[in-house]
Amino acid sequence: MRRLAVTVVAGIVGLAMAGCASDGPDAGSGGTAGGTASGSGASALSGDITVLAAASLTDSFTTIGQQFEAANPAVTVTFGFAGSSALATQIISGAPADVFASASAKNMDAVVAAGAAADPTTFATNVMAIAVPPANPGKVTGVSSLAGADVTTALCQPQVPCGATAEKVFANAKVAVQPVTLEPDVKAVLSKVQLGEVDAGMVYVTDVLAAGDKVRGVEIPADVNASTSYPIAALTSSANAAAAAAFVDYVLSPDGASVLTAAGFQQP
Amino acid sequence: MTGAGARSAPLPLLVPALVALAFLVIPLAGLILRAPWGSFWEILHGSQAGEALKLSLWTSSVATAISLVVGVPLAWVLARTDFPGLRLVRALVTLPLVLPPVVGGVALLLVFGRNGLVGQYLDQWFGITIPFSPTAVVMAETFVAMPFLVVTVEGALRSADRGFEEAAATLGARRMTVFRRVTLPLVMPSLGAGAVLCWARALGEFGATITFAGSFPGRTQTMPIAVYYALETDPDAAILLSLVLLLVSVIVLVTLRDKWLRGGSTP
Repeated sequence: MRRLAVTVVAGIVGLAMAGCASDGPDAGSGGTAGGTASGSGASALSGDITVLAAASLTDSFTTIGQQFEAANPAVTVTFGFAGSSALATQIISGAPADVFASASAKNMDAVVAAGAAADPTTFATNVMAIAVPPANPGKVTGVSSLAGADVTTALCQPQVPCGATAEKVFANAKVAVQPVTLEPDVKAVLSKVQLGEVDAGMVYVTDVLAAGDKVRGVEIPADVNASTSYPIAALTSSANAAAAAAFVDYVLSPDGASVLTAAGFQQP
Repeated sequence: MTGAGARSAPLPLLVPALVALAFLVIPLAGLILRAPWGSFWEILHGSQAGEALKLSLWTSSVATAISLVVGVPLAWVLARTDFPGLRLVRALVTLPLVLPPVVGGVALLLVFGRNGLVGQYLDQWFGITIPFSPTAVVMAETFVAMPFLVVTVEGALRSADRGFEEAAATLGARRMTVFRRVTLPLVMPSLGAGAVLCWARALGEFGATITFAGSFPGRTQTMPIAVYYALETDPDAAILLSLVLLLVSVIVLVTLRDKWLRGGSTP
């Protein structure tokens, strides 16, 4: 009986070790990138493509993906959304994907420098806004409110585009902000605000729009605001180059641009 | 009679065993081989590694201390008493062992967050917010690590020889005296092993901590979280931090040795 108890305990502990081994957000884990490269013509495209895109592109790219699939019925698009710096690290380490859309030129440059992508094109720009819970418990009225001692702010990690752009905003406004947490991507900041765990979060205007009435947006005046540009490129290791190139073209086309503009992005 | 020793292990068992061994050992060897040994100290000093290490060490120690203070009595209750629903309680206590840690973090956030079941009253009445503080780190680590201690000590208590306790009671010792002077010393080896396991588990916690306590250097960014972010910014620092954690794990295992493998309860 004692042996059984010991074995069971060891088994449980072993399971627990397995449980904690699978910790950590797993970004960019979309579908496989395999697929036959098609012959010629957009309508003859087929196969699967994996698109790794910045977290702030979640809603707009999902819509673009659905429209792209409707126009090319034989193609399946799978998305992986995460912070651009995390995605860049994964791509450079060999993650299988076909397209990369970054929220800043810096992360795309790193991928290009590693030889994993070529000829990026900027397809949108974005500016920042402050997201607060609907009741605005911190009484935030602008960027300077964030410097207050009793206002809790969530920012992105500094190597993620939203974190770097927020730093630029603070430099422009000449305020020093002490965040309570540095999150891995902009959607994580948004969800902390939605949950009411922080008084404010620095996100993009597109995120405030996407969250609807779950958060309130506090505008940042144009003279202190900072913008970031979004480049997109097909990856050199793509197994479905034709579909990847077609997706990039679709994002750059008027159809793609209208989805992005409706979401709050600005044209470059 | 088959001979003893690995030399005479049958091939169908030996080959998969070697594959398993290679799978477990090669990644650790890779970590050691790829480490930037040349710039070891400058990287450790330059990055936020020092802050993360200090934070991780003291939060896991506090989590272990809390686990000892409340976990040992819980183990005693589970092992020495009987009430309807005891098995259910034991299963619930063991749940954090198999629950994905990030789920634990979400649960803690929903209860102790600013709008949480308990947290909203803490915030309204006392102005206390727990998330994003070192307290949250300690709570998250205690939540995932305490069951290790409880399970280990409970197992030891259940298999310990009750004769000594009964003899002490017959000699007139009160129950708390029996606990203090007989029971505890009897299970001290398992208690030590359980505490070390608890400490090591708390040190390595990632999912619950990052969800409930967030991440801020020096305040809530523990070693595993620092490794995760360092991979994006400074891979060399990530490798070195990982090596430090690997070293700690090796020390823990060496300390536990037979105790761990045998689940030992013999004093």
